[in-house]
Amino acid sequence: MADNAEIRVVVGMSGGVDSSVTAHLLKEEGYDVVGIFMKNWDDSDESGFCSATEDYEDVAAVADQLGIPYYTVNFEKEYWDNVFSYFLDEYKAGRTPNPDVMCNKEIKFKAFLDHAMALGADYVATGHYARKTVENGEVKLLKGVDSNKDQTYFLNALSQEQLSRVMFPLGNLPKPEVRDIAKKAELATAAKKDSTGICFIGERNFKEFLMQFLPAKSGTMETLEGEVKGTHEGLMYYTLGQRQGLGIGGAGEPWFVVDKDLERNVLIVGQGYHHPLLYSEALKAESVNWISGAAPSESFSCTAKFRYRQEDKPVTVTVNEDGSADVTFAEPERAVTPGQYVVFYDGDVCLGGGTIDQVYKAAALSL
Amino acid sequence: MERIYLDHAATTPVHPKAAEAMMPYFTSVFGNPSSTHHYGRESKAALQRARRILADAVGASAEEIVLTAGGTEADNLAIMGYARNHHHLGRHIITAVTEHHGVLHACQALEKEGFSVTYLNVDSSGLIRMEELEEALRDDTILVSLMTANNETGVVQPIQAIGDRLKEHQAVFHTDAVQAVGKREIHVSDLGVDMLAASAHKFNGPNGTGFLYVRKGIQLSPLLHGGSQERKRRAGTESTALAAGMAEALRLTLEEMELKQTEQERFRRLLLTQLEHGGAEAVVNGHPEERLSNVLNISFPGANVEQLLMNLDLEGIAVSSGSACTAGSIEASHVLTAMHGDSERGRSAVRFSFGLGTTDEQINRTAETLLRVLQRMKMLN
Repeated sequence: MADNAEIRVVVGMSGGVDSSVTAHLLKEEGYDVVGIFMKNWDDSDESGFCSATEDYEDVAAVADQLGIPYYTVNFEKEYWDNVFSYFLDEYKAGRTPNPDVMCNKEIKFKAFLDHAMALGADYVATGHYARKTVENGEVKLLKGVDSNKDQTYFLNALSQEQLSRVMFPLGNLPKPEVRDIAKKAELATAAKKDSTGICFIGERNFKEFLMQFLPAKSGTMETLEGEVKGTHEGLMYYTLGQRQGLGIGGAGEPWFVVDKDLERNVLIVGQGYHHPLLYSEALKAESVNWISGAAPSESFSCTAKFRYRQEDKPVTVTVNEDGSADVTFAEPERAVTPGQYVVFYDGDVCLGGGTIDQVYKAAALSL
Repeated sequence: MERIYLDHAATTPVHPKAAEAMMPYFTSVFGNPSSTHHYGRESKAALQRARRILADAVGASAEEIVLTAGGTEADNLAIMGYARNHHHLGRHIITAVTEHHGVLHACQALEKEGFSVTYLNVDSSGLIRMEELEEALRDDTILVSLMTANNETGVVQPIQAIGDRLKEHQAVFHTDAVQAVGKREIHVSDLGVDMLAASAHKFNGPNGTGFLYVRKGIQLSPLLHGGSQERKRRAGTESTALAAGMAEALRLTLEEMELKQTEQERFRRLLLTQLEHGGAEAVVNGHPEERLSNVLNISFPGANVEQLLMNLDLEGIAVSSGSACTAGSIEASHVLTAMHGDSERGRSAVRFSFGLGTTDEQINRTAETLLRVLQRMKMLN
């Protein structure tokens, strides 16, 4: 076994409990650990308050406890150019983007990885709940053992080169145990609440946030038959299958967003959680990434997730020459949403994934 | 890992003898200098001894020294204290774009109070132009504040020439000499300055103390209100210990000043020669002669200075850059931007500053490490 002290691991520390424990575990194993806080978004308000400053203080406190050096790097420009502009573009196109996948691909495992390598790192480590193994020189990305926390969905866009330089020390641990470790080690962040939501929006109102960047165009909410049920505040504020915030009353089952008509700026609504228009039986995914570097074969069966934390669903995948893939579901699937990712699995192994571009509705033929 | 500290322009270790000189005033001679009993008299005597040493060091008399909590307070007191007391004479102030923020931000605060400020530019060597000062001077100019030596580049302004020019003008002359005190000969009347700010932790004294020389007869409005300490110019109980530590540190520093200058000139040559031999593209910033010996500001064009500093720190070498990483891109400091515009040269600058404990061997190791790190960064970038 190589002497761990000779192996430099740069840990992306966010000031949260997961990355704190990540650094702690690596330090316990004797690695040459360096902590780096990434500042990707300027969220300072008028009074100069910036939640990133608080988070950085937490990183400093934990790093001091562990006796590791720590620094801050600023990737605001990279984040804006590669993640946030994608986020806005997707909304403009009427889709529901997933900035976390893009952040992993472009920031954490690119800008940050490059920075770490320039600091002489052998690996970078993050607090993701995922595992990796190396078989015959091929790096495989595996689900974290805590199925409730598994984060491979967000890591689907990574390449062999990226994964070969990554460590996920939390992948073998259930989340409660991570909390326990933090408590036992008396880490300053042991009792800190997990962050929720999209990192740059934080706890703020999503609509208000988006309104600062994209002009909202209100329009009507209509049933499939064209009956006007109300007005919407802008199509981008709604997502497929959404029930909350429609404000449609009356008799019968609750109302849901079942479709968006971008051309007419109309939000299509329908009654019932199981409204047939919410169901699809196939999708087209674009720019699919295969973690191994290539698709398992031209056409194959596997399982897939269409959103984070969803159960794995059986699908058949046909790979096209242009890098897209056609995915057919064994059972109709509710609220598969363009802009989100379809991520493929073979058991615990994450095969890769792509952006959901087209969704083929089960009820489409009857329209 | 033996660490190497080359950031003496940021702060310095306290000289062991200065630390020793402070000790009695924490425990045995602890009276309040304003008290009239024995304890107070003891402390007051120590405070006055310290004040005389500080005064002698800059060619002033003891009552012209106002003890402050550091350089920033001294600069603030000089600028804001003078302007607020003399606005009947005019509301115009002159300073330079390369000043320390302790000066710049005080001037900006005064702008909000209705004063107008002219910020002189500097040439690419970091020096102000006398013609520009001449043009900026107005009948209602009441204060000129120009630093003796720059904290990032070590460039020394023509203080004496400025002082001479201002003798024929109503404006008083303040100089922020925080980097210069202890590094070169300072004599307030030779230089023709009316006020001068210094900070103990730049010359191996303790943090949290400094002083302002104020020429006799100049009235200042105090920043702090309270007791009548420091001839009503600075309220608050004086720290006898800090004053004693500062005085001893300055005394020791001045004793060895010329020796240190010679040594630091050698450090500079040593570092630059080795970098050159190693094939590093290193560009020295600031005027080649009008400068301090202990500050060496070098640009490494093309290098990501943030990464460079982290790498050096991981190798045990502490230096600094004036640049700040804001909004994801590295921005040159206001000083280097003033000298070279928004440029690669400004963005890639690193400051090495020598001081107590620096050795030839450390400089050699620094050069070696720097070359290794530059190599690594180039290979990977």
